Amino acid sequence: MKAGVITFQGHNNDEVQAYLAQPEESAPIGGVILLHHMPGWDESSIEMTRKLAHYGYNAICPDLFHRFGEGEPDEVAAVARSQGGKADDEAVGDTDGAATYLRELANSNGKVGIIGFCSGGRQVVLVSSHLDTIDAAVDCWGGGVIAGGKWTISESRPVAPIDLTDNLNTPLLGIFGNDDPSPTPEEVNQHEQALKDAGKTYEFHRYDGAGHGFFDFDKPAYRPEQAQAAWGEIFKWYGTYLSS
Amino acid sequence: MRSEPMCNWIVEKAEMKGSGKGPEGWFDVNQANVYFDHPYHAPMDHSLIIDFVETPNQVGNRVAVELSEESARRLVTSILAALESGTNSHMAVVT
Repeated sequence: MKAGVITFQGHNNDEVQAYLAQPEESAPIGGVILLHHMPGWDESSIEMTRKLAHYGYNAICPDLFHRFGEGEPDEVAAVARSQGGKADDEAVGDTDGAATYLRELANSNGKVGIIGFCSGGRQVVLVSSHLDTIDAAVDCWGGGVIAGGKWTISESRPVAPIDLTDNLNTPLLGIFGNDDPSPTPEEVNQHEQALKDAGKTYEFHRYDGAGHGFFDFDKPAYRPEQAQAAWGEIFKWYGTYLSS
Repeated sequence: MRSEPMCNWIVEKAEMKGSGKGPEGWFDVNQANVYFDHPYHAPMDHSLIIDFVETPNQVGNRVAVELSEESARRLVTSILAALESGTNSHMAVVT
């Protein structure tokens, strides 16, 4: 594996820094974009990017907060949080740029998937409903797919992703803990019903005894059995849709 | 366990007047950003996070803490107690 920080052109052709991890593989392979969670472009996001490369994918994790300033990731994330987080149009544009970057790699097979956690999970649903350049999507406990309550529509987030379901262009895998307060099982049910009604290709996996962020092995939320099972579903999904 | 949604970008902001000591020394604190959500460093799923900042919309001087909910409530009690006892003791000296 080779890994390091690169830059690509994202929304508005802005330069976006990203962590890229690539298998030492010359044969064509698929690529995966990892959309990080609310705490930012942090160590756990980098480690999961490397995990994707370990399992045979060119993996890239853009710094989604790069427009909020330069500095240590936690400092930049603090500014991002104080300003309400990343705008949806920037998330779509930056992901599109990352997808182009992956497809232009010498060992790309032309297929690109995305995976997002927490706020990144919401962005996965959003991006998959705007772009037609993504071949497989994985939403890990994305809250705010449905607007209402504390999830409000705003200038920077003008549409709830569930309202874009008719435009979903990508097979969608959802990973959820049944103890999660955001999204709740009821919200996941609502999202699933919308996907069924629209005739979309999807699979949802829900795990008992798990809440929000149950992949995070440095947090009390970590659930090893459920995490292992869920990662298995993720790589099965990518095997189906990102293989040559 | 709280049943309210997290990862919601809700930040309570308070105007501040004072000083904070950051990585580059003392700086003027003019705002506190307070939220209960996922921490960056603390080994908790959620924490009460306070960012004391000098320039709210820029990366720069910041004093950050990430506290458990219980710790944060104890801190509120201690702050109020310190204000009362400190105020009383200084009034006693003056008078």
